[in-house]
This record gives sequence, structure tokens and C-alpha cells, in this order.
Amino acid sequence: MSYTIEVNGVKNDVDAEGDTPLLWVLRDILNMTGTKFGCGIGQCGACTVHANGSAVRSCQLPLEAAVNMRITTIEGIGETAIGKKVQERWLTLDVPQCGYCQGGQIMSATALLTRTPRPKDEDIDAGMAGNICRCGCYSRIRAAIKQLGEAQNT
Amino acid sequence: MATSPSDLNTWPSQSPLSRRSFLTASLAAGGGILFAATFPSLRDLAMAAGSDAGMVTLFARISPSGVVTIFAPNPEVGQGTKTALPMIFAEELDVAWKDVVIEMADYQGGKMGGQSSGGSYSTPSNWMPLRKAGAAGRQMLISAAAAKWGVPASECSTSDGVVSHVASRRSLTYGLLAEDASRLPQPDLEKVKLKDESTFKIIGKSVIDPDKARIVKGEQQFGIDVKVPGMKYAVYQKGPVFDAAVKSANLDEIKAMPGVSHVFVLKGSPRVMEVPPGTPGLGIDDGLRGGVAIVADTWWHAQKARRKLQVDWDEGPHADDSTAGFDAKAKELFSQPPQGQVRVDGDPDGALKEAAKLVHATYSYPFISHAPMEPQNCVASYQDGKVEIWAPTQNPGPGRAGVAKLLDIDPNNITIHMIRCGGGFGRRLANDYMIEAAAISKEINGPIKVLWAREDEMQHDFYRPGGYHNLTAGLSKEGRLEVWDNHFVGFARNEYFAGLAVPNRDSFPAGFIKNYALRTSRIPFNIPVGPLRAPGDNAHAWVFQSFLDEVAHATGRDPIDFQLGLLRDPNPGEGDGKPPGRFGPGFMTARMIAVIERVRENSNWTSRRNLPAHTGMGFACYWSHVGYVAQIHQVAVTADGTVTPQTIWVAVDVGKHIVNPTNAEHQIIGSIVDGMSAAFGQKITFENGRVQQSNYDNYNLLRNRKIPPMHIDFIKTDFPPTGLGEPAYPSALPALCNAIFAASGRRVRKLPLSTSMLKI
Repeated sequence: MSYTIEVNGVKNDVDAEGDTPLLWVLRDILNMTGTKFGCGIGQCGACTVHANGSAVRSCQLPLEAAVNMRITTIEGIGETAIGKKVQERWLTLDVPQCGYCQGGQIMSATALLTRTPRPKDEDIDAGMAGNICRCGCYSRIRAAIKQLGEAQNT
Repeated sequence: MATSPSDLNTWPSQSPLSRRSFLTASLAAGGGILFAATFPSLRDLAMAAGSDAGMVTLFARISPSGVVTIFAPNPEVGQGTKTALPMIFAEELDVAWKDVVIEMADYQGGKMGGQSSGGSYSTPSNWMPLRKAGAAGRQMLISAAAAKWGVPASECSTSDGVVSHVASRRSLTYGLLAEDASRLPQPDLEKVKLKDESTFKIIGKSVIDPDKARIVKGEQQFGIDVKVPGMKYAVYQKGPVFDAAVKSANLDEIKAMPGVSHVFVLKGSPRVMEVPPGTPGLGIDDGLRGGVAIVADTWWHAQKARRKLQVDWDEGPHADDSTAGFDAKAKELFSQPPQGQVRVDGDPDGALKEAAKLVHATYSYPFISHAPMEPQNCVASYQDGKVEIWAPTQNPGPGRAGVAKLLDIDPNNITIHMIRCGGGFGRRLANDYMIEAAAISKEINGPIKVLWAREDEMQHDFYRPGGYHNLTAGLSKEGRLEVWDNHFVGFARNEYFAGLAVPNRDSFPAGFIKNYALRTSRIPFNIPVGPLRAPGDNAHAWVFQSFLDEVAHATGRDPIDFQLGLLRDPNPGEGDGKPPGRFGPGFMTARMIAVIERVRENSNWTSRRNLPAHTGMGFACYWSHVGYVAQIHQVAVTADGTVTPQTIWVAVDVGKHIVNPTNAEHQIIGSIVDGMSAAFGQKITFENGRVQQSNYDNYNLLRNRKIPPMHIDFIKTDFPPTGLGEPAYPSALPALCNAIFAASGRRVRKLPLSTSMLKI
């Protein structure tokens, strides 16, 4: 079956079964490997992408359901004003350790800051609860989000 | 992408037992100079990690344009070694960090030593060798300039990759001197002049790993991202019980499924689990487990086909293993005399009879899994008796040996590219994924990527073994700790305990108490185990530091004063006559006391009585991987048993320099989060020989909301720097649990802690 999906503003024709999770379409068919596989059941957040601007777990989104959505991945989030700032702050604060989960963390943080420009601690708790960092970079993730939120005030 | 410059592959192999150290220099391909520094590695000689006992060797190249390329020898699992080791070399070479390019070396088959990352050993084992190598390189470049100018080398100086002769106002870049320098005689590494440490420009300044600029954009390659032309994808279904063998399976049905090209059974090799003391290596069997391989055009095709796979397994003799059975066996063993003894000082049995007061408690902790975020994977390409491998491994040497053995080929016909790992925590010291990929690639005679599902990862780990401690302390009338008696029940295969399961004979407080006993009994088991961050200490520190807190409370003394009292006791007893007796070789009591006093001061511990109700502080300290750590946790516990960590203070002594401060802080915080995560939620349990956990929905890792602010204080002492991947983990769990006790009056004696256990 052939489907057309829009990823980072580019339309791609994909020949795959409709129930193929978007994660595997991105990684193995479109060769966009920034979106990572962690659990396959929507628990870890490593595969987070944006669908129409909302953070979703691409391991839980079948190809056929993604057809009419605007998909943005970690490779494309730098094209948005907030995504670019998040990436830059992530680097300035040296947020990652191993780095494997960080694409997903950045996608969730960008969605959070887009929705809630000045997030409080509780907003960060809720907005980032779906993303596990096994290395334990949580303190710097929180610091980066807070700094970006405070920057909104100036 | 990993790089294998031809320069590296032509370097001669060194005898592993040579004690000589040397730096060789040669003309690099494309001009410039190539350095190769060779040192005996004490660690490799001591551990002989299963195969490549050898030399630490560093390769670096200076191009004519002045770019310094340093080949990082050890794998990057997020611990920062890929940056830290080149920083040390670049400092003494005296180049500007902006001119340094780091490339991950491929596995060099022993020519670069074991190239393994583990045991917090990368920094201490490479500190002096890399400094000497850098200094020797600098000396050669100075000599080249001095010869060119006809001036004494002693009149030349260097800075940021330039040699200068101030009197004649001449200077030349390293790049321009490189070719001349490559023809000079090699300095004696034992005699090179090192920099005055107070002039360090790179060491001690935070350097962000260049990979991270790619990580934030999703451009960094991890093992799972490797793709080679013509590659197919595989899942590999192993048995529900460890080492089960395939009797039959519906292979034809699976082969007919969409996208599937091959389905076949692989026979496992018998697993070696008996590890007699003194055996080299880590007690991990890198052999192939029996199972069914499904090869397909995409991983999803293979994974989807697996859902229809039906296998009739021969489950072997171990399908009865269960956590309930283990718990019952431990209880039974506690009611019997211990089977063996690790250490007995003084007369513990007599002292227990004479004690004015006894404190008794039983502690237990579960098996836990490494659960790195990147599931195990490996790309292998077998062709004509040669294998090329791309693997996220922490420990390539034993992997190569395992592949060579399984496929019956010469190890020199195996190339291993080490790809950045999505977390390690000890899991990637094993190479089972590599063995599987090589076996499947040979079977299909083409390139393959094997990728484990999270369920494979959770159910086929080399787990941190569980354990049980039955502890009794005896106090004198004055509240002095006179006797410590521990009956440890742990997991063993025949007469041998699982590696690192048994507390070290010198683990604190051994040697600090007059009458001391550590005796043991064994529970037979068939579960694969292996090192997990701060192996051994990650469980034992929780038991000992928690029980010491209990004992301190029983004496009515401040828990910190109580432990300081033990450490300062000038005459704790005779020991058992075997050195070193206290904590381990190299332990210095004064350094431990210093971190304890510092954390006490920083946390305002002595004013803790003023904290609100149901809020408390807990203290713990431990010496692990030669790092000194003391920490204090403050938590609140609500009536429903919910624990909220509020603040953590930690004091650390790992010597004179923190090589890369940003990463050092990462390692401290990461270790503490890891320990807290183990305390709060991690457990692997067994029923009918099967692991009952399968994924992150039932194996709980800590999430962002539980992480409190942490105040980290490094105490710089006049000792060579040591590693930070592990030292802060062990004391995190008891500090947390002791805080829970202070806040709630509930003592946590079984991990992981449960809310119901803490309800008031």
C-alpha cells in the first residue's frame, strides 16, 4: 500500500502496510533516525514527534493515521522558533549524557513551551512525565525549560 | 561514524607483558605527525578482561594545518570518556582545544589495550599515561623547532599549538613542525617534563562533547542507527526460561509472512555460570543462546511476524525458579548455621552474648535490570570468513573473542566499529547481541541488523543479583558498637557465588569494629547476572549504611557522629590478620571524614530538628571505585506513604582535578538519580523461571518529577584524579531511606520501597 505523509514540510510517498508505526516508517524507510525506539508501548517518550503541533509517541501512531497530519521530527524542529531555542539551550546547558532520549525530550519540551510559554514546576512535571531519561539528566532538562520560560518575560 | 584510518591498522602489536612505556612518532598519511603512545595498563594486566590483556595506547595526529585529531580509545556510553581522555592528552601537548577533533577509534584488537569502559577506570588508568604522552609530543615539537632555529630547546616555549623562541621573536605552528618532529628520536616517557598543574588550560574547564551538537538535532549516530548496503533486519526470539532450547516451531508459517526472507533455529551453547574466585573476566558468558531468528526487509516486518511465532521449548531444569521460592529458601537458610565465612574478627559470638543491647534486622534487595534506553542491537556483515561489526558495546574485546569462537574464524578477520551507546550501566560489558548478529549474518551470508524489542531487553539481561542480610549488632552499656554479625544469603551456582554478590571482606564497617563476622549461605539459581553500575556496592552500601543508621538511633547518637566515631576510633580491634582490612586497598580514613564533615556543614544537618513535621534528613557515605562520597537527602513523607525528595547535598573527593566539570556533575547527579530509581521502583522477579517484568510500564524508572535540587561540592585533595561513573550511586539509596526513616519513623528494609509500607 502506498501512503503520502508530510514530514518536516516535505511530502513523502511511502510503500508500507497501513498499520506500520510511524516510528519505523521514519527510521527504516525514510532514513530519519533521530526519532528513537525505546519501548514500543508509548511509555518512554524516546520516539516523540509532533503531529499537528502536539507531542505524540510515534511508536503508537500507525502510518495510515498519520496521512493527514503535519508531522515534525527532531530533524525538523529547529525550523520552528521555539524548537530552535530549545535545541540551543539544551546545548548551552550541556543537558544530554548518553543523548539517546534527548530528541524525544526536546520534542516534548518544545510542545510544552509552545502551549505554556512560562511553565511552572507543575507544568514541567506534567509535560515531561512521558519522557524517561535513564542517565538522569532531569535537573538540567528542568533548568533549560525554566530558563526558556523566564526568557519569555523579557 | 567510527573511523579506521589505515595508520592505526598498521601499528605493530605490543607484548602484553612488556613493562616499557614509549611514544613513537611517524609521518602521518597525508603529511603531519602521527603519535602512538604505549603503556602497560595495570588494569588490563590485573583484570585480563577475558581476552586482550595489553597496553593502553593512544593515537593522535597533527595535520600540517594544525588540526589535532585524537582517537578516543574507550567507548562512549554517556559517561564522557570520549571527551575526558583527549582533554588530558591535549593539555600536555599544549594545543588549543578548538583545534582538537576527537574521533572514536575502532577496536584495535588489543593494540589499544582492552578499550573497555567500566569500573570508573578510564580516568585513573589513563591520567598519567596520557599526560606523559602529550608532554613527550610537545617535547618533540620543541626539539624540531630548536633544531630548525639552531637554538637550545630550553629557550623555547609553547602555547596553543605554537612553539616560540622569544629572544629571536620566532614562532612556528605544530602543524608546520610536525613533519620534522616525526623524524626525531623518541623521548623517554619516564623522564618527560610534565606541566605545572596550576597552569592547566583545558583540564578543569567544562568541555561539551562535540557529539552533543548533533544529539540535539537528532543527527548523532547510535548503534541502532547504523545502516549498511543490502542490510536486512532481524528479531531473535529466545526462550521464556533462561537457556531454553527450541524443540520445534512453526517456521514455514512465519516464512510466508509479508517481508520475511529467512526463519531459522539457532542452537545455543551451554552457558558457563560457575565463576570460581580469581577467574579472569566479569563472569559474563558471551555465548549464543538458543532461539528462532526471523529475518525481514524491515524490522517492523520481523517484529510483526514474531507475534505469530509458536515455539515448543525445552525449558530445561530451571523452570521452577521463582522469587517466592528464593525468599523461602533465604528464610530457611537464616534458620540454619551459615555454610561459609568470609571474615571473622575477634569473637563475635561471645560478644553477642555479652552485649548490653542487641539490634537485629533483616534486609533484602531484588534482582534489577540495566534497562538502558537504547535496546541491544548490532549490525554484522559476514562474508567469506570475515566479519565487520558495528556495535554499541562497552567492552569489545570479549565480543570479538566470542564471535571468533562461535564462527570458528581468526579474530584478525573481525573488525569492530564502536558506535556511541544509548546508555550502558554495565549492560554493554556483555556482547550477547554481537554474537547473535554475527551468527545470523553468517547463516544468511549477508549484512544484518539485530534489534531487541524492549521485552527482549528486560527478560534477557545479565541482572544485578538480589541478596539477603541477617544482621545483629551488639552494643555495650555505654552504647559502643562492640560486635557486628552478618549472615549473608546470596545466589550461587554450585559452590560459587554470583560475581560481586558477596560483600567484599573489607567493606565498611569491617575493620572498624572489634568483633565482626560476615558469614554466608547459598541459594542455587540459574539466572544470568553481571555488573551493574557500582557492582556489589550498589546493594551492600544500602544494607550497611541503613543498618548503621539503625544502630546509631539505638544508641541515641547523631548518625553522623556515630559513623565519625567509628572512623576515628584509633583502636578498633585486631582485624583478622589479613591486609588491608579496612574498606579496601588505598582507602584513607581522613578523606572520608572530610567529605562527611563537608556535607554535614553544607546541609545544615545540625539544625534538622527545625524541619517541618514528616520531613527528615538522612545521611550515608561510601567509598566506591576509589571515590569518597557522603550525601544527605531531605524528604517529606505524607500519611499515604508518598515520598517526596526535597533537596540533596553531596560532597565528593576524587582527587586533585575534576577533568571536565560539566560532565563530572552529570555523573554525580546521574548516579544519584540511578540509585534513587533503584530504591523507588526497580525490581525483577521470577515465576516458573520467567521474568515477570517486560517493559517500562512494569519496571519503573524514576521520572522528572521526583528529582530534587542537588548541591554538589567537590573537595580537591592532593591525589591523582579518579573516575566518577559510579562512586555516588551506592550512598544514594541509604541516604534516601535514612531520610524516610527520619521523616516517617518507618525503616525501609526491603527494596524497592512501597507506598503501602510507609503509610502512617
